[in-house]
This record gives sequence, C-alpha cells and structure tokens, in this order.
Amino acid sequence: MPDERKPRFPRGVRLVNSEAHGGWVLLAPERLFKADPIAVEILKRCSGEATMDAIVDDLATTYNAPRERIAADVGKLLGDLADKKLLEFG
Amino acid sequence: MNVSEAPRLPAPMGLLAELTHRCPLGCPYCSNPLALEQAADELDTETWARIFREAAALGVLQVHLSGGEPGARRDLVAITSTAHDAGLYTNLITSAVGITAQTLKALTDAGLDHVQISIQDSDPESADRIAGYDGGFARKRALAAEVVRLGLPLTINMVVHRANIDRIDSMVDMALAFGASRIEIAHAQYYGWALKNRAALMPTREQAEAAVAQVEALRKQHHGRIVIDAVIPDYYARFPKACVGGWGRRSLNVTPSGRVLPCHAAEIIPGLEFWNVREHSLADIWTNAPSFRAFRGSDWMQEPCRSCARKEIDFGGCRCQAFLLTGDAAAADPVCHLSPRHADVEALAAQQAQGDYTYRRQVKA
Repeated sequence: MPDERKPRFPRGVRLVNSEAHGGWVLLAPERLFKADPIAVEILKRCSGEATMDAIVDDLATTYNAPRERIAADVGKLLGDLADKKLLEFG
Repeated sequence: MNVSEAPRLPAPMGLLAELTHRCPLGCPYCSNPLALEQAADELDTETWARIFREAAALGVLQVHLSGGEPGARRDLVAITSTAHDAGLYTNLITSAVGITAQTLKALTDAGLDHVQISIQDSDPESADRIAGYDGGFARKRALAAEVVRLGLPLTINMVVHRANIDRIDSMVDMALAFGASRIEIAHAQYYGWALKNRAALMPTREQAEAAVAQVEALRKQHHGRIVIDAVIPDYYARFPKACVGGWGRRSLNVTPSGRVLPCHAAEIIPGLEFWNVREHSLADIWTNAPSFRAFRGSDWMQEPCRSCARKEIDFGGCRCQAFLLTGDAAAADPVCHLSPRHADVEALAAQQAQGDYTYRRQVKA
C-alpha cells in the first residue's frame, strides 16, 4: 500500500546540529531530544516535500538495506514522534 | 605516573532569563525569591543581547524568557529579537497579563518559537483568587486564543496545590479547548513564596496520590492529542527529583540584575558566591563560578548519596530543599526515603491549614 504522507516538523520544532552537544538535537517546546545517527538520517529527510515512500526508498538505496526493515523503522520513529507532537503529516 | 583526563565539563542546554521580577499577579507559590529585585537594577537590552550570544557560543540551545512577567519589560520584543538572532530557540513564559495581541504579533515576527501561559485554575473565580488579580483568567484565555491564531505552539502551565488539585481533568480539558499542544502539571515546589504558604497550599497525601494516578489516566486518554508533562508532588515521593538535571550540568539562570545561578532558588543557600554577567563572561561563570562548582558532580556528596546507585540519576535531589529542611545544603534531599531526615518531610506534609495566602508582592526599595 503506497504511503503518500509527507512528514514535517510542526512550528516550534526543529532539528539543529550542535557542536557543543556532539551532534543533532531536536528542539521542541521546553524539551529537547538528542537524535541518534539513524534517527538523524530519517529526520533530515522530513522536509514536508518528500513522501514516506520516497524517504524509505532513499534510505534503502543509500544504505543498501532491505526496504521492509527501513519502512518499519521509519514508521515507528515518525509515529512515536507524531504522538509526542514533534512531527506532523502533510 | 598516572595521567588521567579531567572529565569534560558538559555544555549547558538551557538558559532561564528572568528579565524582571515585576509582575501584576501575586501567586502565593511564585518561584521568584522573597527579596524581589527592583526595576532600577535590571539589565539593559544590550547586556541581554551579549548574554544570549555568549550562551549560544557556550552551547545553550533554548532560552526561556521569563520573570516575573516578561511583558513588564518595554523592550521585550527587542530582547526576543536578539535571542533569536543569536540562534537560540526562544520560549516566552508569561502570565499573559501585560502582553497585548499587538505585542504578541511583534514577538512572533521577531522569531518567537513557543509560548507558555500559566493558568491558576479551570474555574475562573478560583483562578483569579489564587493569582490575587481580578480578571486575570479572561485575559489569559484571550491571549491563548491569539497564540493559536498566530500558529505558535502553546503550552498551558498549571501549578497544582490544594485549591485546584481536584480539577486536573478539567484543566486538561480547558487546555485542549484553548488549542494547546502541551500542558505542564507542576505540583507546587516549596521554596521562597510557596514555603511561606506551605500549610495553605499542601494537598493531603490522598489528594496527591489521586492526582498522580489521574495524570497517568489522562495521558492514556489523550495520547496523541496533547502532551502532558508532570512535575511530581515531591513531599510525597520515595526518591527525590533530579533537580535542574544536576547542579551546573544542564542549565543556568540569570536574574534581572545579572546574577547567574545554577537554579532559580539557589540564592537561599548561604555562603554560595554568585558571579554577575556585568563582571564575568557566561563561559567563565559556567566553568569557574564558585556557586556552579559547589555541587557539580558527586565529590561533595555525603552518605547515603555517596554510595547510592542512583547518584547519577537524581544527583542527591535538590540542594535548596536539602538546606531548607535539614540546614545542610550537602545533605541528601530529605524527600528521599533513604535520608535520615525523611520523617521530617512526612510530618511537614501533614501540616495543612486553612487560611489566607501571603501573596507575592514587591516591596518598593
């Protein structure tokens, strides 16, 4: 089943690279989360332009990894973030 | 020869900027000190701009523009703009009284990222009585609507105590109706003004336990609709809170006159030497100020903290509370059930009294 949803950060949430904290951090209302390297690769692609399918295809190609596993990882991470109001689907 | 590398000092994540201690409200649990700073001593716009640039260079990611009521500063928009220009995530913590729709629009244009509005109760009459300010609730509701209209994310902050603890569910409903994406349910923390009003604010153990269970149930009920963050009622806890995420480890607080504190209540601990941004850079203060070094890490700890498996989890709890309740700022936070003074906390929690609040008020110098 195609997934045409386009994930993006809502207003008040952004991903920044912080040298002082040794990597990427997701800034949100009165909270912040350090993003691990896998999460960073997924989150960098949440531009609001790319569909879920396009993001999964891109990651599967870039990392030469099975598409189903990537799709499961992406779906879980972005679903959890959406529940926490850190991500929305356009 | 043993060569060991000194542990690298962590960079701070957040800075609480107390722009002023002026505030129209009189909440009896205000986190400001009893000795409120005067308007004449407040830092100017340029100094705040320098602090924000130094903070960003030090690694700070988020700045919380607070007070008192930050809207009491005529240069709030300029201050916000300098924080945004420094690359910081800007959060406005306001009572909503003193911020007009026009100011909010200007703040949004200046790059404001998020707004937190405090609400004292879901019942307007009770809310205004707690704040000691007639008509406050209506103004909060109006500003909340304006925040949502402008598309900014909104958090509702509710300090919980005996007068409102039975209405947490209606507070969450109210926050949802206001269009908030997050609600912070913070049980009163007993320092300064709240300590002065402790007997009038303290809920019963039954109320506190019911509130904790209710928050859990509300989280499940509203999962995905609103984020519910809670600060526990720590007089009734088994373990202490990891106060400010560890002393001198994650955050710093700048008072209206430029004193830099490891936490907003730190000035109650006698003997600590605080440095001022008028005389030192923020990086110098973070690294070298005696107040920041006093309880950083775990070398200062006594038993039962020193050998405790949780010492890197809760850092011995709150230094201010340890001092206030035991007279020794290096003791275990007596909220911890392992503290030899834990029974004192249980006795204090049982002291509840009907009575009038001592409202937070500024005494003119």
